[in-house]
Order: sequence, then structure tokens, then C-alpha cells
Amino acid sequence: MKTVAIIPAFNEEKTLGAVILNLKKHVSQIIVVDDGSTDKTGPIAREKNAKVYRHLINRGLGGALKTGIEAALQNKADIIITLDADGQHDPNEIPKLIKPIIERKADAVIGSRFLTRQPMPLFRRMGNNFLNLVAFFLFGVRTSDSQSGMRAFSKKAAQSLEINSNGMEVSSEILKEIKVKKLKMKEVPIKSIYTDYSLSKGQGFIPGIKTLIKILWSLFNF
Amino acid sequence: MVFIQFLIIAFALLVISRIVLSFKRKKISLKLFIFWLPLWLIIPATFLLPKTADYLAKILGLGRGADLATYLSILMIFYLIFRIFVRLEKIESDITAIVRGIALKDKDNRK
Repeated sequence: MKTVAIIPAFNEEKTLGAVILNLKKHVSQIIVVDDGSTDKTGPIAREKNAKVYRHLINRGLGGALKTGIEAALQNKADIIITLDADGQHDPNEIPKLIKPIIERKADAVIGSRFLTRQPMPLFRRMGNNFLNLVAFFLFGVRTSDSQSGMRAFSKKAAQSLEINSNGMEVSSEILKEIKVKKLKMKEVPIKSIYTDYSLSKGQGFIPGIKTLIKILWSLFNF
Repeated sequence: MVFIQFLIIAFALLVISRIVLSFKRKKISLKLFIFWLPLWLIIPATFLLPKTADYLAKILGLGRGADLATYLSILMIFYLIFRIFVRLEKIESDITAIVRGIALKDKDNRK
């Protein structure tokens, strides 16, 4: 079983190196999609022996994820894992994340930050709950964490996902695709490591609202 | 002739000349030409003959021709904005597809 981790990265030189190093023992290959970074994201990833695919211009999370998934499939991945470059995900949780896929109990696994109680800034928790509700009403998907960046897909699931969104709204689009393509989904509890850095990189209020508008807008395209 | 009529007609003539020129120089397609030219003929026409707009407004149950013109313009503007949004979205995803294609192909980018 070849497991490939995809890290979409836009100007993440501070944390990317450590993320790649911690990841190595858990996966067969690491793919970094350098989404038009202007810092040393690309060189750092290469130096740490990750396979780097570079977007000439910044396209956003959705664009980078799809590039990563296509690259992973080209590299003959059996299981594809996505995680954030900001260091908020603990690579030691990967075995737990991919277990349902190996046991064929799921095609898609979402790492949820809300299945166990853990500290999260209140405002962020409210925003997440709201977007979960949006995902439920728009797509009929019940999820405790619609915005999670830590996911695992079987090869079959990855091949069937049709991702069209460019930005952060991709997280909701993936859930919609899981529902539409009738993939078996499972949620696995994960920890999220909130540092000042990862908080500054995540979605604050205004980008959150933008994501919501994009999700609503994308309904025209679905 | 009222001053505003003169102003509108002069402006419309200017726009019409731009439309015709752009079409001649192949800067706009036949589709756009057929869309924009009648529009800019109707606008000065209603200003020259306000009675026609009033007449149409009566048929539709509106008080004044000017109201009808305002409603129609706003509808038209919103529709055009919608079209532009759709087009922009399409261009955005086309750009992403090109950028992705280059990223996946370019061997120099990889290790």
C-alpha cells in the first residue's frame, strides 16, 4: 500500500520543514504543492526530499489540493492523505486516520477536531459550527468538522472527486462530492495544535465570511 | 429640444460610434454587436419620444415611462453583473487548470 501525503503550501517556510520531517515515518511519499509562494517554501520542501509541484501563480487551497491529488494518483498512490502546512496536524495520528481505509470500512476519512472536547478559540468554534450547519443544509452532509484540512482518501475516492473550487470553500465541496459520489465516509477524532502561528494562518472572521459567500455562489455551478 | 435630450443623444451617438468602430476593428464579436447596438438605439429613442415609454408603461400598469426605463435598466444591470460573475468564475477555473497543467508537466519543478 502506497500512502502519499499532500501538503498544499502557500508561504509556509516557517513550519513546512518540521511538518515534512515529522511526516516521513508515516507515509511512503510526500507531495508539496507550492501554491505560488514568494518565500522559501519550495526550496525547503525540496531540501527535505518532498516531491514539489509548483503553481506559477497562487490559486488557493482548492486549486492546490486538486493538483496534489492528481499528482498523487500519477505517482500511483493507494491512499492519499491531505494535511495543512502550518503544523496544526499531528502526523502521529495518520495510522488512526488511514485505518478505516485499510480495513475497507471507508473510502474517505475526515479528521475531526470536534469529536473530543479540546480547547479552541470560541470565535473559531462558532464559525466552524456555523459552516457545519451550512454543509448540512446545502449538501445534506452530517459532519462535526466541515472545515478540517486533515483527510484521507482511498484511490477510488480520490479518482471520483470532482473539485472545481479554488479557495477555502473546497473543504465543503469535498464533503458535497463525498455525498454525491456515495463514498463511505468516516470521521476520526484528531487533535489540533493551535499556535499563534497556525491561528494567524487559518480563517479569521472576514475570510470565513468570504468562504461562506463562495460556498453559496458555487451552488450555481454545482 | 430639452437640454437633457440633447445630452443623452450626444452621448448615445458617441457610444454607438464606439460600438460600430469596435465591431469593424473586430474588437467585439457579432453577438456583442447585436446586443449593444439596439440597446443604444432604444435609449435615445425613448428620450426623443417620451410618449412611447409612457404608453408602454401604461400597458404594463406603471405610472410613468421614466419608471419603466429605470426598472428595466436595473434589471438589465443586475443580469449583466450576474453574467460577468459567471464568466469571471469560468476564467478563474481556466487559469487554475492551466497552472495545474504546467505544475504537473514541468519536470524542472520536481525532485
